[in-house]
Amino acid sequence: MWSFSNIANQLHYWLNDHFSPTLTLIIEMVLAGVAVIGLFAGLGLVLVIMERKVSAWIQLRLGPNRVGPKGMLQSLADTFKLLLKEGMTPSGADKIMFNVAPFIAMIVAMLLLAPIAFAKDFQLWDLNIGVLYVSAISSVSVISILMAGWSSNNKYSLMGAMRSGAQIVSYELSAGLSVLAVIVMTGSLQVSDIIHSQADGWWIFKGHIPMFIAFVTFIIAVTAETNRAPFDLAEAESELTAGFHTEYSGMKFALFFLAEYVNVFIVCALGATLFLGGWMPFHIGNWEGFNHVMDYIPSSVWFFGKTFFLIWLIMWFRWTFPRLRIDQLLNLEWKYLLPISMVNLLLVTLMAILKWHF
Amino acid sequence: MYRETEIVTDMGNDLVINVGPQHPATHGVLHLVITLNGETIKKVEPHLGYIHRSIEKMCESLTYRQFIYVTSRMDYLSAHINNHACALCIEKGLGLEIPPRAQAIRVLMDELTRIASHELWWGAMAMDLGAFTPFFHAFRERETITDIMEETCGARLTMNYMVPGGVMQDLHPSFQQKVKDFLVLYKRKIHEYDEMVTGNVIFQNRMKNVGYLSPEDAISYGVTGPSARGSGVKCDIRKLYPYEIYDKLQFDEVLETGGDSFARYMVRLREMNESIKIIEQLIDNIPEGDFQAKTKAVLKLPKGEFYTRVETARGELGVYIVSEGGTTPYRIKFRSPGFSNLSVLDHIARGSKLGDLVAMMGTLDLVIPDIDR
Repeated sequence: MWSFSNIANQLHYWLNDHFSPTLTLIIEMVLAGVAVIGLFAGLGLVLVIMERKVSAWIQLRLGPNRVGPKGMLQSLADTFKLLLKEGMTPSGADKIMFNVAPFIAMIVAMLLLAPIAFAKDFQLWDLNIGVLYVSAISSVSVISILMAGWSSNNKYSLMGAMRSGAQIVSYELSAGLSVLAVIVMTGSLQVSDIIHSQADGWWIFKGHIPMFIAFVTFIIAVTAETNRAPFDLAEAESELTAGFHTEYSGMKFALFFLAEYVNVFIVCALGATLFLGGWMPFHIGNWEGFNHVMDYIPSSVWFFGKTFFLIWLIMWFRWTFPRLRIDQLLNLEWKYLLPISMVNLLLVTLMAILKWHF
Repeated sequence: MYRETEIVTDMGNDLVINVGPQHPATHGVLHLVITLNGETIKKVEPHLGYIHRSIEKMCESLTYRQFIYVTSRMDYLSAHINNHACALCIEKGLGLEIPPRAQAIRVLMDELTRIASHELWWGAMAMDLGAFTPFFHAFRERETITDIMEETCGARLTMNYMVPGGVMQDLHPSFQQKVKDFLVLYKRKIHEYDEMVTGNVIFQNRMKNVGYLSPEDAISYGVTGPSARGSGVKCDIRKLYPYEIYDKLQFDEVLETGGDSFARYMVRLREMNESIKIIEQLIDNIPEGDFQAKTKAVLKLPKGEFYTRVETARGELGVYIVSEGGTTPYRIKFRSPGFSNLSVLDHIARGSKLGDLVAMMGTLDLVIPDIDR
């Protein structure tokens, strides 16, 4: 059957036939790097146009409809425009930090793409602590925001960065706890293990209500972690003009923008992997016939279907809800989400010990 | 010349930020110097004058027929009601008798303007709170009103439809049908407003117990309109000092007693329904007859002072004309609702968070050209 892994294997054999093993390794690494950069740019473009179309649909508008068929090339045109713009640095800014910050945001987003399984046997790096790696690296992204806010020499940027710092540090807790729920059930941090453990049903169905609660807290927490509305206090447009990236323009602004969208993709892919089975088709226990029919749908379609469903959910939030206030935001985390996810983790642990799940 | 305080200054350990004159939340060129302690507001100092066009002075060099149209540019969202106030004041000076048809048309147009203004306020306020979608939903209804206005008055925003003695021309033949269509559309869609914004938990948390304005403070600061009625102060000019045919119409003065942002929000939402009530009573009962009283080509007010007030979408608009008997007024003074409503901002914003300030400015419904004139 046609799959990404077959192509990768063919390429591997072909390279081994023609080059020395060392050179093959180097070429494969370069190819993987190019693929990640391509994916980064491609995802950014797709998600931007998707956001604009989704928002237009919610807001009774048409959205972009001039460049290309149904406006699908609009974000490409915008990228060219941003590339050609002058990258300004404000005179009072800390030049090094100001210019490095967007690249840190971008590098973090790229690193996070590594352990995600896009399809069956199609994964850049299946390291044994995949989920821990994602939560560790994703917390680095707050540094880029703090750097951008501090070095801009702008009070709005500074306030946005401080808000963002408080927000990401708080919400990482409940995001981590809800991820732990899945890890307790699976007994492994490896992404491929987590996916294979869902071969007879996704965790959101197998894990009863506690798993569903974990899923909901995860979605809320990652929406906050990626600074998306209703938790977009870091760039709260009507309060702080554009928050931490007020002073950025041109491609440096675009990098923040792209990194935000790629981060949304990553957290949604992670959510799909942990709770909705990643590339695993929809299986029910040991219904052989049904499971077999579901297997006919390619695994990449399953993965991207689930991920884009979650992305759409997060976009729906953004265009529906008003923004929270900073104290309400922190109250929500420390007074509600954190206790709920702690008790929930206890329940999940009990469930895992007593084997109450399906 | 700039005064030193108008530019960013450091005040000890406090953070001073300038919100405006170019800022997405001020919806105009309002400049607020905000002293912050972390996220908590210690002081709000509004700086005015960025859009001062000396409208009062301009009016003094224009004839009584001409100056009405300049006032459309004061509170551009209720341009019609501004014109109405000026026309009323001139008619008071001339002692004109207005034909009943003109009165009905004026009231109809006023109430349509009020709904259009509140629609825009609703969308813009939700946008201040970070919800972008309501803006487009509000404009869907507002667009039908501006279409009606365009057909009859010839303009969509600055209508300039009022003249001393009545209105400029008769209603468009399809006016009644279009207004009825609008009423149907409005009633079909109004529940979306509650579902999308009013009932939202985040929205209610943002609005309730925020920016409390006591009735005493509302009176002493001269706050009028929906902002004062949210504190339970009876101040609807249409009820207290009825003009035109308002005393013959059945409608309620909307009062809320909360005094917080949410009460002010609810007053405006409910006020739209009251306006709908008024339109429903009038739309089938527009009296036949002249749409304009007979007036002289050149108007001359007798020597003296004249004052009228009307209820605009934002509050009480007073027009004060001093006449020396000539063709132009000797002195004109507008008592604009926005100015007094802005003055209370510092009082209610102290101690709350920066995010709340935006919500308060939203519910005070500030229109900056109205404040500056």
